[in-house]
Amino acid sequence: MNAENFEIKAYPEMWKDLDMDVERFDKMRLMLGEVYAKSYLTQKNRPSAMAYFDNMIAEIHGGRIQELLDAKKEGKPVVGTFCIFIPEEIVLAAGGVCVGLCGGSQASVPDAEKILPRNICPMVKSAFGFKAGNICPYFQAVDFVYGETTCDAKKKTWEILDDMIPTYVMEIPQTKSTSAVNMWLSEVKEFKTKVESIAGNEVTLDRLEEAVKVMNNKRKALQRLNNLRHTDPTPISGKDVLLIEQIAFYDEPVRFAEKVNSLCDELEQRIADGTTVQNKGAARVMVAGVPMALPNWKLHNLVEGAGAVVVNEESCIGTRYYKDLMEEGIGDMESILQELTRRYMQIDCSCFTPNDGRIDQVLKEYRESGAHGIIHYSLQFCHTYNVEEIKIRKACEKEGIPYMFIESDYSPEDVGQLQTRVEAFLEQITE
Amino acid sequence: MFIGIDLGSRTIKVAAWQDGRLVGHNIEESGFKPHEQARAMLAPYQPEHIVATGYGRHLAREHFADHVITEIKAHGAGINALLPDVTTIVDIGGQDSKVINLNDKGKVTNFQMNDKCAAGTGRFLEIMAASLAYPLEEFGPAALESDQAVQINSMCTVFAESEVISMKNSGVPRQHIARAVHSSVADRIISMLNRMGFGDSIAFSGGVANNPCIVQMVQDRLENVRVTVPSNPSIVGAIGAAIIASKK
Repeated sequence: MNAENFEIKAYPEMWKDLDMDVERFDKMRLMLGEVYAKSYLTQKNRPSAMAYFDNMIAEIHGGRIQELLDAKKEGKPVVGTFCIFIPEEIVLAAGGVCVGLCGGSQASVPDAEKILPRNICPMVKSAFGFKAGNICPYFQAVDFVYGETTCDAKKKTWEILDDMIPTYVMEIPQTKSTSAVNMWLSEVKEFKTKVESIAGNEVTLDRLEEAVKVMNNKRKALQRLNNLRHTDPTPISGKDVLLIEQIAFYDEPVRFAEKVNSLCDELEQRIADGTTVQNKGAARVMVAGVPMALPNWKLHNLVEGAGAVVVNEESCIGTRYYKDLMEEGIGDMESILQELTRRYMQIDCSCFTPNDGRIDQVLKEYRESGAHGIIHYSLQFCHTYNVEEIKIRKACEKEGIPYMFIESDYSPEDVGQLQTRVEAFLEQITE
Repeated sequence: MFIGIDLGSRTIKVAAWQDGRLVGHNIEESGFKPHEQARAMLAPYQPEHIVATGYGRHLAREHFADHVITEIKAHGAGINALLPDVTTIVDIGGQDSKVINLNDKGKVTNFQMNDKCAAGTGRFLEIMAASLAYPLEEFGPAALESDQAVQINSMCTVFAESEVISMKNSGVPRQHIARAVHSSVADRIISMLNRMGFGDSIAFSGGVANNPCIVQMVQDRLENVRVTVPSNPSIVGAIGAAIIASKK
């Protein structure tokens, strides 16, 4: 695909059936297409296996939606989510589908600000606005939204969102104590019952074992991709890997893992041939912090636009989603649910206190990725990541790791200042 | 001859460097087409190499510059050449404020810069001066005449202006308000310095360094630290860029 003729495909009939604001959404489609073509398709020397992911973007507002609607027709539960705490294995075992909902764009923020306070996280506002304005086909296609209690803005927004679309809230503990783990296990069981009631069938042992394998394979494929990109010089741009990590949240998991593995085969060949996208002497940057929901490519665009390359995302879009696997072949339901709880309690989300495991994880990923410095990226009003940043910064100072903290939102108004800061950081680490 | 050009938010600065010294410089308003203005300013020179910095650096690169560097690196190089013992720079321009730390070789070790908000920058002082009907160059000296400590609480230009208007209308003499405005900017600089850490020799650069009250207030708030202002602080970034051009 090239930048001139790329287009995100329009499905006006389907959008109408989904009660969407078709006229407005169609304009957003064109804008997203332009931004994608400019940010992605002008990159030089991309792996050919990226074609699948380009097509996932071209079909983001139609092809994938049709698959969800087909699943729904067959009585399968379709669950929308914003958070990696959702026990995807359970949804899959019930024959259901998990999709990440829209929440990474400035375009829907004004819709949210008609209702929600202005001074809350842009991701929460963007997501809420997509539903309030009926401008996200994923929101329109799901049976219910999976909400969680990872931050105050989210947990209170669910109450308002529930008036527009059924919103199920799973309580996520704030510590990793034994009682917290037990509480989470009971939440997992309740969630299982909820999904079963929508699916109209029980999650059987066999199907759950199978779902665990599917999710492990998906996470392993992403681990493989991340390990390959750590090669110096890297065979793939940070933007492309970020895109794949974003698509991980809405693609069908078996197909997705296959496509990621095919890409990895190509990357192995590229490494053997010495093919790279990294400019000679370019800075390698690791990004840590909050997730970047599609189409939030702001930081990666700035870093790679300045000639550097992003080699790791320590983020929910990134390693936090795929670093941990589940044990397979456990053999009884209670033990699998315990193992599932153990796996999800490894998530080092800043909603936990303390969360010092994350500091070690950041340092570990820095060393593994061969990065020259870390940019910690937080969204405005994300108190937990913004405060935790202090400890990450101290740890980096202690280790002598070049470090910069950026707090931003989805609007383009700070791009000038951010560009200066990013370029100055790159000057600092390349000299 | 090597040229450094700093295309800032308010003004464009050119510095010409030859045989290790400054041989020419000029400053003009940025105008609507900064790259054309910049070109006109370069006309008298015959540069071997041009390095651009400042907000318009990439525009300059498109049109005439050989190389770009950020303001942060440029101010580091400029101050290091002019005042070699300085390890911390406070650079306040039209739209940004920065604190930059250097190692003993003049290399940037860390820096802090304001986000999208222009609070506490040159623009803030300009608007406050206008609100109190002072020409900009008289604003700092007027504030120095006051010994009254009234306080402005807001750093936001819009809110601070309403505070200034309320004070005016409650009869507070304008030099006292001027002092309050300067105090709030100085406090903000100190808080940035404290956040970053700083050495015992601090230099001011950027246009706001021409304001004697800000410099005095920052000096007064720091113990055992020497605060210096180079002879022409507005062109420090351009000088730094020119020096880097000479090393290309």
